[in-house]
Amino acid sequence: MKTGHEIREAIALKQRSALEVAQAALRDAQALEPQLSAYVRLTPERALARAQKIDDAIAAGKDPGPLAGIPVAVKDIFCVAAEITTAGSRILENFRSPYSATVVQKLEDAGAVIIGKTNMDEFAMGSSCENSAFFPTRNPWDTTRVPGGSSGGSASTVGAGTVPIALGTDTGGSIREPAAFCNVVGVKPTYGRVSRYGLIAFASSLDQAGPMTADVRDAAQTLEVIAGHDPLDSTSVDTAVPKYSTFLRSDLAGIRVGIVAEFEEQIGKSDQALAALYKAAYADLERLGAQLIDVRLPHARYGLATYYLIAPAECSSNLARYDGARYGCRVEDGGDVFAMFERTRAAGFGDEVKRRVILGTYALSAGYYDAYYGRAQKIRTLIKRDFDEAFATCDVIACPAVSCPPFELGAKTADPVAMYLMDYFTIPMSLAGVPALSVPAGYVRDLPVGLQIVAPAFEEAAMLGVAHAYEQATQHASKRTPLVAAGRAS
Amino acid sequence: MADTPIDIDHVAKLARIDLTKEEAARFSAQFSRLFEFIKELQQLDVSEIPATAQVIPLHNVLRDDELRPCLSREEALENAPDRDGPFFKTPRILE
Amino acid sequence: MSTRVTAPEEMRYEPVIGLEVHAELSTKSKMFCGCRNEFGAEPNTLVCPICLGMPGTLPVINARAVEYLCKTGIALGCSIASHSKFDRKNYFYPDMPKNYQISQYDMPLTTGGIVTLPSGKVIRLNRIHLEEDTGKNVHAGGRMAGAEYTLIDYNRAGVPLMEIVTEPDIASPEEAEAYLVQLKAVLSYLGVSDVKMHEGSLRCDANVSIRPVGSTVLGTKAEVKNMNSFRSVVSALRYEIERQEAALRKGERIVQETRNWDEGRKLTYSTRSKEQAHDYRYFPDPDLVPIALEQVTIDRWRGELPELPLAKRERFAARYGLGEYDAAILTEDSRTAEFFEAVVAASDEPKAAANWMLNDVPRALEKHSLTLATSPMKPAQLAALTHLVKTGGVSGKAAKEVCEVIVVEGKDPQAIIAERGLSQVSDERAIAQFVDDVVAANADSVASYKSGKTKALEFLVGQVMKASRGKANIELVRSTLQKRLG
Repeated sequence: MKTGHEIREAIALKQRSALEVAQAALRDAQALEPQLSAYVRLTPERALARAQKIDDAIAAGKDPGPLAGIPVAVKDIFCVAAEITTAGSRILENFRSPYSATVVQKLEDAGAVIIGKTNMDEFAMGSSCENSAFFPTRNPWDTTRVPGGSSGGSASTVGAGTVPIALGTDTGGSIREPAAFCNVVGVKPTYGRVSRYGLIAFASSLDQAGPMTADVRDAAQTLEVIAGHDPLDSTSVDTAVPKYSTFLRSDLAGIRVGIVAEFEEQIGKSDQALAALYKAAYADLERLGAQLIDVRLPHARYGLATYYLIAPAECSSNLARYDGARYGCRVEDGGDVFAMFERTRAAGFGDEVKRRVILGTYALSAGYYDAYYGRAQKIRTLIKRDFDEAFATCDVIACPAVSCPPFELGAKTADPVAMYLMDYFTIPMSLAGVPALSVPAGYVRDLPVGLQIVAPAFEEAAMLGVAHAYEQATQHASKRTPLVAAGRAS
Repeated sequence: MADTPIDIDHVAKLARIDLTKEEAARFSAQFSRLFEFIKELQQLDVSEIPATAQVIPLHNVLRDDELRPCLSREEALENAPDRDGPFFKTPRILE
Repeated sequence: MSTRVTAPEEMRYEPVIGLEVHAELSTKSKMFCGCRNEFGAEPNTLVCPICLGMPGTLPVINARAVEYLCKTGIALGCSIASHSKFDRKNYFYPDMPKNYQISQYDMPLTTGGIVTLPSGKVIRLNRIHLEEDTGKNVHAGGRMAGAEYTLIDYNRAGVPLMEIVTEPDIASPEEAEAYLVQLKAVLSYLGVSDVKMHEGSLRCDANVSIRPVGSTVLGTKAEVKNMNSFRSVVSALRYEIERQEAALRKGERIVQETRNWDEGRKLTYSTRSKEQAHDYRYFPDPDLVPIALEQVTIDRWRGELPELPLAKRERFAARYGLGEYDAAILTEDSRTAEFFEAVVAASDEPKAAANWMLNDVPRALEKHSLTLATSPMKPAQLAALTHLVKTGGVSGKAAKEVCEVIVVEGKDPQAIIAERGLSQVSDERAIAQFVDDVVAANADSVASYKSGKTKALEFLVGQVMKASRGKANIELVRSTLQKRLG
């Protein structure tokens, strides 16, 4: 699996042209689509035009940017000017955005070549990509299984090796869980580290954009490009972006790694083989020189309920704008405008979206605010404090990213809560706003799983450093090839 | 079984979603599972705990009163499902 | 002590009124985006992805809107909040791009404050908060009822709005008007809003109830909307008070509801919709962060305030010897006040200047559909006119005509007088000549006057005026004749 940094170097050295790389990636994506369905649409014109510009810049001796010529995929939750952006939903299936998300602009300014918009759970609500209004995406390691969600398409296409870098979003685990399922690196930055302008909002106080990549170095370099203050996003933080790629360690001497007692107890109940794999991973960290510290997150167990009050509440408001008046699909039946709203939303939203909008509306409604949304925001404070206290004794936390290996399509669709439980280990970090990533950690029953590394707010460098050391020492991802792989399509 | 406190018909109206009876019944049953978790939240004493207004401690993020380029009318109306000349068009408002 | 209960039809009631005023702030750009904030542009030409509520967009607060609101609060004696935030007010309506309005709920930028009326009555304010305006629904056919479809212009969506809420301290429709006049004056002095009701930059809703005179318990209130001018506010309030009184006298109960004022039919009608009251589900907007204002900023803003209407009114009354009422009219808007003071400075005739500014100038402006801003008149010209009247260069009557021309054409009064032959002859020798001629030619009338018929004097005055083609200074003619005839 070629990494982004390798591709960029080859192009810079004129060993390959950006155009040729883009064409290969597009061919690959096309060839694998019947098996993966990772893309809502490919954007060949855009890709080839940009690739040509990169080659022209290089030929003219100009600096084409830190990601020059790297083919990337972008979750269909990011607005891309002049392209259709659907957020995985019927209600936006014809929406052509007049502007690009800030992170998309930054990627393209850095020379990245966007080859397509990847599939996702509708409005980022889901953990398997089965809630996409269009089709489910499949896991390149076993196409009867889910790639995870909601950034399933991005995880799948990187996992298959079609592109080394994709953008995803993470609200309660939607980068980390699919990354863990597809054997790729997935990073959720600190809340406020990366601009949300142009990211179709699900839960405003939780959403973050982040890279999903072939390796930790690619993730670090992508994060360098997309992180930073955006005057168009009032919640983006104005602090300097470190050169993350200079913090990639090869050992963990002096690093204190927190192991969460509550999580270890929980994973022990879920899947024995997986629990054993994680124990082995912690042992690997120790072998690299890390000191393992016991930490507690006593309120993490309330994370699920807390999240499933806060996120739906915010989304019920964020999704109110989808009413068929100004853009997107509309259903009219001769009634008044409110009837049009009601029919449009009934037809345009899938079940999970409807459930969360209704739940969220209820949690905010008169007489119930204090009991639900208000209370949840206070419990959120407790969860955040747990992390603050834990990080007083350790530099990073290592814990499970998932409670099971990738499951079969349809296995968890009957009971929404079964699906919600997939986010058990990832939700608390989102609520606390701290950065967390998933890095490939091995295989359980031949299916990939990821290890989660968590750091204090704005300490992405530490987090990436630990992940890099672990990755280099274990090389889990490069040890095997997925069933559906780039260059292997026939 | 339907241990949800949610009056789904009322809330769906607030949320402007036209639910079928089948959906309302199905969602109601599904919510009851989630509310088992939500009920646990009531166990905690949060009387002295402040709500997390925002997870990052920012304030006073303001912009100067300056103009930025806006859309042309055609760009603004490009995605409109229905229009009448320079206006967006929707069915009538009945009040 | 009487225990007789007053029958409803005998009860005397007093109105209790609270007003909610929305003023559009005259910032350059909108509240949360950089689109131009301008009235009257072609539909949907002042919009962007943010104010259209397109997917993925985010708001950023306009600092000047915060400043304008806080300056208003400082001017009205409000408490400026050291911590304030924005909340989402959630409801669906086609003119709402996001189907929620970013507003302020429980932590507004200011609380308290007062507006003092010319009568001395104090109207307490409850709060002033900041929010964004909606787009405009244009109903096909001009009326909402019966329209087949709705047309929407989002130019106004996102314009910064200041909502000013009073306590229910207003005791009559006249007081309501006086309040609006004062509020408008303050806002126009501060330059924070165009305050034009006919353009929608000033809007007013009223909460009206009545209660027995002397009671301190509030009655059930009705909310009255759709009043588009100060005049219609007065009419609507009068109507509503009468309606409520009539209902109570009949033994009916007042329903808490929203009622629209119908300017055509001169009545309020209920707009009770078939659905339940709004549940706005307010919660703090997670896309914005709170505002923490420092005292040093508030102090700086206080230092930047101009002289305000009340202070100016009192200063005019004291320095120029004007009555309270006249001073109030002259200080209703800052342009009028400044113009007046400029005229006084150039003429040193405050009473005359006030007289012109209060009577003939506004009359001429209205007649020719002008305002002080659009009239070419200069203070020096009006000052010159007062001087001419004082020295007799033009008669009082002719001066009115001259004034109108100054207002419309902005010409110097001397030029106007010359052009129109309006100069008044006040030269004593010229008048004496006319008088001599007339006396000589009207011996009978002279004799008549000398024998006691005072009316004959007026005849002779008329003859002199005729001989001078109306140009003679009539007072001087009369006094000269009187002297001449003894």
